[in-house]
Amino acid sequence: MSNPIIDPKNLVYEKSKVLSDNTMHYCPGCSHGTAHRIIAEVIEEMDRQKETVGVAPVGCAVFIYNYLNVDFAEAAHGRAPALATAIKRLNPEKLVFTYQGDGDLAAIGTAETIHACNRGENIAIIFINNGIYGMTGGQMAPTTLEGMVSSTCPNGRDVAIHGHPLKITEMLALLEGTCYVTRQSVHTAASVRKTKRAVRKAFENSLQGKGTSIVEIVSTCNSGWKMTPHQANLWMEENMFPYYPLGDLKDK
Amino acid sequence: MAKIKGAVLVDTERCKGCDICVQACPYDVLALSKTFNTKGYAFSYMLHPDQCIGCASCGLVCPDGCIQVFKVKE
Ligand SMILES: Cc1ncc(C[n+]2csc(CCOP(=O)(O)OP(=O)(O)O)c2C)c(N)n1
Ligand code: SF4
Ligand code: SF4
Repeated sequence: MSNPIIDPKNLVYEKSKVLSDNTMHYCPGCSHGTAHRIIAEVIEEMDRQKETVGVAPVGCAVFIYNYLNVDFAEAAHGRAPALATAIKRLNPEKLVFTYQGDGDLAAIGTAETIHACNRGENIAIIFINNGIYGMTGGQMAPTTLEGMVSSTCPNGRDVAIHGHPLKITEMLALLEGTCYVTRQSVHTAASVRKTKRAVRKAFENSLQGKGTSIVEIVSTCNSGWKMTPHQANLWMEENMFPYYPLGDLKDK
Repeated sequence: MAKIKGAVLVDTERCKGCDICVQACPYDVLALSKTFNTKGYAFSYMLHPDQCIGCASCGLVCPDGCIQVFKVKE
């Protein structure tokens, strides 16, 4: 059964070549894959494949260097902004970005994150906030919502015991060194288009030396949340977005 | 007015059957297969190919970059 429309001359969309053909190890429906795909498209459109250095996190995205065909360095847990600082200062002409989960960026790496942003390092930070530690079994993260169940708060996060969910992106927007701080998502075609524009702006800022850019992507970890991918998207809209509202927090 | 027709080609071996494209399609073109790929996943396919307009919503939300989208004006 061949379909005559399926012909290279009619092609209107395919994944970027900057994204490798390796099968990603992520769970089906995981937001990490969509975020990787967007980054690959932006690097291709900016024609920067040979002039980009990514810094990989510890977390589910630890193998991002197997999926994006650009140079990569692997940081110790949470230290990606410190490593990216060195890479960018030594190679000012490169596009340098970190890719970090909420456990990496907002727990163990809080100090590195805040100080890199405060120094205004000319890097882009892509921040995947799925509200838990995905890789290690879905433990509570600083970003876990009040009442949200995780493997280490099976009765839901209790702010009296665990504190409030950390809005680290709002904190980073207050720092003089950040030039662009935005919060996006990747669960619909429209949100993917917006996130792509945000990543592009963040990457251009890195090249123009405007300071630190942060693109938070409110994400799902459907395995950790124990939902189907679609249920997780709906849950995210209903529960994550009110606390982590989408849109630009700073653009200077 | 020219009629726009679309079609998608799914990399059925890399597809993990997450169902996100099925939910994202505004024209209910896609469904998950009753058979499985070598990794044991059901995969996305065009159940109603005539309804596709080549909008690429499915390709944009696919976490694994498995979908190529084609479009013609008739
Ligand atoms: C120094 C150190 N401490 C703890 C760990 C265990 N560890 C691995 S990944 C991870 C959390 C990752 O969570 P997150 O950054 O939210 O990423 P996700 O997996 O959700 O994408 C932890 C605590 C480690 N690898 N190294
Ligand atoms: S555990 Fe969660 S974050 Fe990790 S790959 Fe699976 S869905 Fe994605
Ligand atoms: S291109 Fe648009 S209409 Fe066609 S299958 Fe994909 S989402 Fe549906």
